[in-house]
Amino acid sequence: MKQRTIHTDAIREAVDRLLYQANFELPEQVSSLLSEMKHNETGEIARMTLSVLEENALIAKNESLPLCQDCGAVIVFLELGQQVCIAGGTLNDEIQSAVAEAYQKYYLRKSIVGDPLKRDNTGTNTPCFIHTDIVPGDTLAVTAYLKGGGSENMTALKMFRPTASIEEISDFIEHSVIEAGPNPCPPLFLGIGIGGTADAAVLNSKKAVLRDLSSGNPDPFYDDLEQSLLARLNRTMVGPLGMGGTSTVAKVFIKPEATHIAILPVALNMNCHSLRYAREVL
Amino acid sequence: MSVIRIQTPITEEIAASLRVPDMVLLSGTIYTARDRAHKRIIEMAEQGEPLPLDPKGQVIYYAGPSPTPPGKPVGAVGPTTSYRMDPFTEGMLALGFRAFIGKGKRSSEVRQAIALYRGVYFSTFGGAAAYLSKRVVRSSVIAFEEFGPEAIYRFEVKDFPVIVTNDMYGGDLYESALQQ
Repeated sequence: MKQRTIHTDAIREAVDRLLYQANFELPEQVSSLLSEMKHNETGEIARMTLSVLEENALIAKNESLPLCQDCGAVIVFLELGQQVCIAGGTLNDEIQSAVAEAYQKYYLRKSIVGDPLKRDNTGTNTPCFIHTDIVPGDTLAVTAYLKGGGSENMTALKMFRPTASIEEISDFIEHSVIEAGPNPCPPLFLGIGIGGTADAAVLNSKKAVLRDLSSGNPDPFYDDLEQSLLARLNRTMVGPLGMGGTSTVAKVFIKPEATHIAILPVALNMNCHSLRYAREVL
Repeated sequence: MSVIRIQTPITEEIAASLRVPDMVLLSGTIYTARDRAHKRIIEMAEQGEPLPLDPKGQVIYYAGPSPTPPGKPVGAVGPTTSYRMDPFTEGMLALGFRAFIGKGKRSSEVRQAIALYRGVYFSTFGGAAAYLSKRVVRSSVIAFEEFGPEAIYRFEVKDFPVIVTNDMYGGDLYESALQQ
């Protein structure tokens, strides 16, 4: 197997571009999904809310104002080909310093405290949270995903009995979405991690929303479940920003994983209406 | 939908005229305060220290803006989730603050306190931070600068859009939405 070298300078530059894009440019597919939802809404407040969100994305892009004042915790997913050799600095340090630089340079809010109980703001929006998968190949895919505190606080995890029915799981999901109501800023991009261990389910619920928006679930069983959950959640009438309407969830993404005979974890990632991420392959 | 224009600070009479789900455009001065600023204000009041602003009739915006870019009056500034300020809200009403702008549900204690002190809770468009920043004409930090984005900012706003979400009569926008 031939090795390929990628210098950390190239990774830093990619992180910088991705953070700019994620903070200021709503992905095209997200915008079109939101405008499609607006056309299907009948309520006055719901339609107005979705129009405001459309306008927000235009202003953000044209005036380089962040889509949200909460510029997020930065979560970086690396898919590192095993034939890649990293040259230059230490991968972790270089990514951290690229994040700090971008948040300073682009006037982005620094929302990270260095210690969960002492709570002093680090002033750099670092550390960011890096998850690395070693994969076949000679490329490095970098995804920068931004998660705001309001939606992250609505994260749910339930450890079901392994004999639980799909109906029980669906009830839990519906109950969680109604309980969260306006707080995570619907219409939601709802990532669901099912299976694995508790930690894997939560991580999968994050990775789930990064799937191509135009694609369905590759497994027809889960694709059907996604469709039926979407229809059910949009009958709750939570609506855009919880103010009523049929646009509660924009899309459901399920990421299942093998699990233990005794457990059935289900984790929910209630991503807000502005699904902010960008990806590049080096 | 009728739109009501209101100048801040807000009197008891004006607050009493508002009902869920009135759409309101606010103009005048409003102040940002998040978790740490609330904690600090309540502590200052308890210890009899002078407050950084006169609370009477004032409007608090639960928000922490992104840094102000050159040539702009303010950075992006949408609402943060309000329930985190629930434990401090009755205390803030007792000090004389009249109205709060945020997003999301309030506790039953907050709703009762709003009725008791004749206040109002508005929500605005969560995640529409670039859009909302266009309604802020001027901004400056007036207290707790060391808190960074959690400092208290004074904003001059023009036609800042909010929706009456909890009125003093027990009306609740989010509950009515689910009952549609």
